[in-house]
Amino acid sequence: MIRLKRMAVGAIRSFSSKITPIPRIAIIGSGPAGFYTAQHLLKSNSKLHVDIYEKLFAPYGLVRYGVAPDHPEVKNVISTFSKTAINDRCRWIGNVEIGRDISIRDMRKAYSALVFSYGCQIDKLLNIPGENLKGVYSAREFVEWYNGLPSASTLNPNLDCEDVVILGQGNVAIDVARMFLSPLDELRKTDISEYALDKISKSRVKRVHLVGRRGPLQAACTIAELRELTKLPNCFGIITHQEVEFLREKIKELPRPKKRMMELMLKIADSSIDNKIDFQKQWSLSFFKSPLEFLPSEENPDQLGKIRFSLNKLKDNIAYPTGETVELSTNLAFRSIGYRGVGIPGLPFDSERGLIPNKNGSVINERGLYCSGWIKRGPTGVIATTMNDGFETAKTILEDINSSRIDITSDQLGFDGLANSLKDIKVKPLNYQDWSKIDMIETQVGTAKGKSREKFVDIQEVFKLLDH
Amino acid sequence: MAELATVAMHVDSREKSSPHRSRKMNFACKKLFTSASRALLVRKNLKDLPLKTFSTEILQPKAQKETITINFMKNGSKIPAKAKVGDHLLDVVIDNDIDLDGFGACEGTLSCSTCHLIFTDEQFKIIGTKPTDEELDMLDLAYDLVDTSRLGCQVFVTKEMNGWEIEVPAGVSDARDV
Repeated sequence: MIRLKRMAVGAIRSFSSKITPIPRIAIIGSGPAGFYTAQHLLKSNSKLHVDIYEKLFAPYGLVRYGVAPDHPEVKNVISTFSKTAINDRCRWIGNVEIGRDISIRDMRKAYSALVFSYGCQIDKLLNIPGENLKGVYSAREFVEWYNGLPSASTLNPNLDCEDVVILGQGNVAIDVARMFLSPLDELRKTDISEYALDKISKSRVKRVHLVGRRGPLQAACTIAELRELTKLPNCFGIITHQEVEFLREKIKELPRPKKRMMELMLKIADSSIDNKIDFQKQWSLSFFKSPLEFLPSEENPDQLGKIRFSLNKLKDNIAYPTGETVELSTNLAFRSIGYRGVGIPGLPFDSERGLIPNKNGSVINERGLYCSGWIKRGPTGVIATTMNDGFETAKTILEDINSSRIDITSDQLGFDGLANSLKDIKVKPLNYQDWSKIDMIETQVGTAKGKSREKFVDIQEVFKLLDH
Repeated sequence: MAELATVAMHVDSREKSSPHRSRKMNFACKKLFTSASRALLVRKNLKDLPLKTFSTEILQPKAQKETITINFMKNGSKIPAKAKVGDHLLDVVIDNDIDLDGFGACEGTLSCSTCHLIFTDEQFKIIGTKPTDEELDMLDLAYDLVDTSRLGCQVFVTKEMNGWEIEVPAGVSDARDV
């Protein structure tokens, strides 16, 4: 009787292990969105396995390649990500690009669910004449360049001028401004790429003009970034009184965050009145101006010489041209009006909005496909926004696992089922131990130079180091 | 000068290696030098700092710290925690291994709003330090912001907090409405 009971229990065990195979989830993109999604998935389901794919040789996405080098505190989020990466049920796979090295079709066969969290790689264009002139750069590329993103390392921008115009007033625009305004000795200690520091230290830039098409209430930057500008040593900020004066009446009705931001702007405008010519550098926030045309310089028809702007008025938060125009002379301009996502072959994509159509992270009409982060909601928000966003997608996936809306079968082998196909196309995947080694060397090289890190830019050097 | 050195030493004991911090520190020091009301400022700064001083182990070993109980309220459930007087509330969450996903993402460096806590009006008044502009700047990015919101990394435990119930806003569910 006892034996029979044991047999029965054994049968139930082997049966149940067959009907509950491990849910294997692939996450495509190892930036904050990918890691926060993985973190929540692993924590909430003790069986589930996660493979996180990264096309570069380094993880962390915009934390490594987007966050300003002089904001090292923001990069502290990495310590939570690395805890996720070393979880037994998590695997990080670097140097593999999904859609190129492995097709979405093959990925779907190997996993119960795919999560796309690869962010927004291209920037919006102004689509105005002269945008291809020398001296007109994308702020995104400039950020990638000073942060050592391999594909941007050859940008080599010409910074030999005194005035810079930045089109846009978001946090990226302010990050770019700070590269020209911060004391070099502060930048030197950061993980800014050495070639970029060299170039920036030789630049003659004295004045940075941040121009927005709408008004102060619509400026996209956060108050912390704006306040930081006001505290730069030997640097003077200007906001023209006429452009913000209307706020004084409105300010009381505003919700606290906007109210505090407008108070800061008015404060800057008030202190702009004293002409402080003894400051070495200056920046300005200027509103209600849309660029109409980049015009060549008189000496060189290929080189930016000035920008013509339309003066705007606002109606229902939309900027309309007044018909008046104004010109600003400059040889250097950065376009900083936002990022855009691009699609992957075999994946639904809303090309108008530049994101994957989804509901709470579940890709519309696609069982087993999910998205997270900027490619899910568009390129806005701070790290906390992406964190909540990643958690939300993870919750949606967990609900779908519980209600059997996703297929979980034992022939889904995850990366183990795909590794061989990579050998055939001579792609060498990296694992998290490889990354830890790269990380250690980068930190050591940096320390020797008196900075927090010197990033590898050339993947061949990385492979040499790893002895592949 | 001795006073200034003390201020500099205390400005941040956590983030010695951070260049950003040291810049803030330099700036703070410069401000102290140039200001006409230097003495006043020094005193003000020192007044803000002694709580942090106690959190450094050199000055006061952990064992000697007085311990009280603080309750974190999340989604209606009460999570009690042992809190050492002088620690900040983010430390309390970490030391007690309280499972709050994503809490304190920037590790207490005033660069995010993920350690957002909500106090009652009375509690808010009792908290020893008032929020700085920098703290309010970060709070302005938080979900569920109210007038009595603070960042856990900026609020230090005092004896008066024994038995307090402090609300942890429910971040994730709100993200769906944004």
